[in-house]
Amino acid sequence: MVLLRKYLPHLVLALGAIPMLLPFYWMLLTSFRSPAEIFDVSLWPIPKNFDAVENYARAAGQVPMARFMLNGVIVCLGILIAQVLTAVPAAYALAKLRFPARKLMLSLVIAALCIPMQALALPLYVGLAKTDLLNTYFAMMSPFFLSVFAIFLFHQSFRSYPDEIIEAARIDGFSEMEICWGLVLRGSLPSLAAFAVFSLVAHWNDLYWPMIVVTDTNLAPPPLGMLFFSDVESGANYGALMAGATIITAPMVVCFLFARKHFIAGLTMTGVK
Amino acid sequence: MSAIELPLAQPVKARPRRSAADRRMARLGLMFAAPSALLLLGFYIVPMIVLAVFSVTDYQLGALSTRFTGFDNFTKAFHDPVFLRALKNTVIYAAIVIPLGVCLALGIALLVYGRKKSRAFWEVAYFLPVTATLVAMATVWQFLLHPSLGPVNAAIKAMGYEPVSFLSNPTLLIPTMAMIGVWQVLGFNMVLFLAGLTAIPKDLYEAARLDGAKSAVDRFFIVTWPMLGPTTVFVVVTTSISAFKVFETVAVLTRGRFGSETLLFDLYLEGFEYSNTGYAAALTLLFLLIVLVLSIGQMWHMDRKVHY
Repeated sequence: MVLLRKYLPHLVLALGAIPMLLPFYWMLLTSFRSPAEIFDVSLWPIPKNFDAVENYARAAGQVPMARFMLNGVIVCLGILIAQVLTAVPAAYALAKLRFPARKLMLSLVIAALCIPMQALALPLYVGLAKTDLLNTYFAMMSPFFLSVFAIFLFHQSFRSYPDEIIEAARIDGFSEMEICWGLVLRGSLPSLAAFAVFSLVAHWNDLYWPMIVVTDTNLAPPPLGMLFFSDVESGANYGALMAGATIITAPMVVCFLFARKHFIAGLTMTGVK
Repeated sequence: MSAIELPLAQPVKARPRRSAADRRMARLGLMFAAPSALLLLGFYIVPMIVLAVFSVTDYQLGALSTRFTGFDNFTKAFHDPVFLRALKNTVIYAAIVIPLGVCLALGIALLVYGRKKSRAFWEVAYFLPVTATLVAMATVWQFLLHPSLGPVNAAIKAMGYEPVSFLSNPTLLIPTMAMIGVWQVLGFNMVLFLAGLTAIPKDLYEAARLDGAKSAVDRFFIVTWPMLGPTTVFVVVTTSISAFKVFETVAVLTRGRFGSETLLFDLYLEGFEYSNTGYAAALTLLFLLIVLVLSIGQMWHMDRKVHY
């Protein structure tokens, strides 16, 4: 009875973890199995024929899987760099400099926080179509160059930076740029790390916007590529399909396992998805 | 230069000098904020105005002429069987995801919170679905739930029941997608609850114990539940917003077939597949209205952290 009481929470948690982890296990297992074993529904971890090479080669050969991954990296990094470059100075100005329309801008930023990307998609799509920019990296990245969430987050964090140090730095002849990037941002590195995780995960996993502006297979980021891939395979070869899913999911899952604390902080302090 | 002049400054001249510094600061502030302000204008404010204008016209991308139609698009929406079905589906989806996603997450958080050595392990196990690409994982679920090839139905058959066609029986489609939605959101909500639990002062439990709250259940209702109030509100709001944005699972599992459209998927079809831009703009505004109503709670939550 005492023993049961002690291990009951572990037991419940373990039972709950089965459905949480089953998809990952099944995905990995199927990606190693040969197509002939597809009817084998047993959870036995060792496949009779180890066909991982064949499955992964098929996933990489049927569709340009390497290209999808590269597109994902380009789009995610492009967005993140632009977001940091625009948000950090704006947040610094809002937090530490007095300028006209400062309150108006802060209110607009907070109002914009409530507007989901999907609500802006239609006019942005029409604009990009009119300027002949559909099917470009620019179309995939530009709506996210400004992250009002980043401005909000950095503004909160910069506000607590001591004004005395900024004053002292000004007297010592530091330029405002140096103060912003070299001093104030350095004091907010945890916020920067959390935001970077949030932004990279959100855009690596995003399907909605790429699905709207990209029809060219060669420009597809991983989620859209996965959709193209399952169309091509049309459910015939689950081994290859699961190999593709593994390739696409792996980067974020591996990063999460190595930087668990940063990931959890990044994805939850945001709250707004 | 100003550093050299500084010692010579008379007290009387201090005022204009200060305003020169103020002007410099204002100039710098505008310069620093300008890129973001321009992007805010170009990617938020102008699109919102354009969206509102579209919604009162019959504009179609590529059409030669466009007419002003007043509120016709909005009246049409409430007589459009597809939109009404999408709305109903989304509400059913949210009605499953919100209570399950919040209550189960709270339960898991309470269990995980009490673990010392194994806490990190359980956190990883339950948080893993949050980081995984939903499109890829929905494809995996499609396979898991396959009527003849999937292990879920194999288990159901092994227990002596008929296999369930989760993804072709129209009445089961939305609940199946909702279960995937719960699977995805649990870890996220669990971490929010864990943060809330950490913030509860330990002596409150001690005080409750001394006041006669003997069992853990009593202490939960006397201390934990009221102290978690703000966290719970926040979790409910974020879960509802993400529930109303369900898109990926539909795009992967059904493409809106068998009457399984959700709000965002219907919007996608009207706006980007059929190019009914004007009508889709009206639907977008309705979608935005729902999200804004839900966001008010979140705004309020954030506002307490904001000081101008």
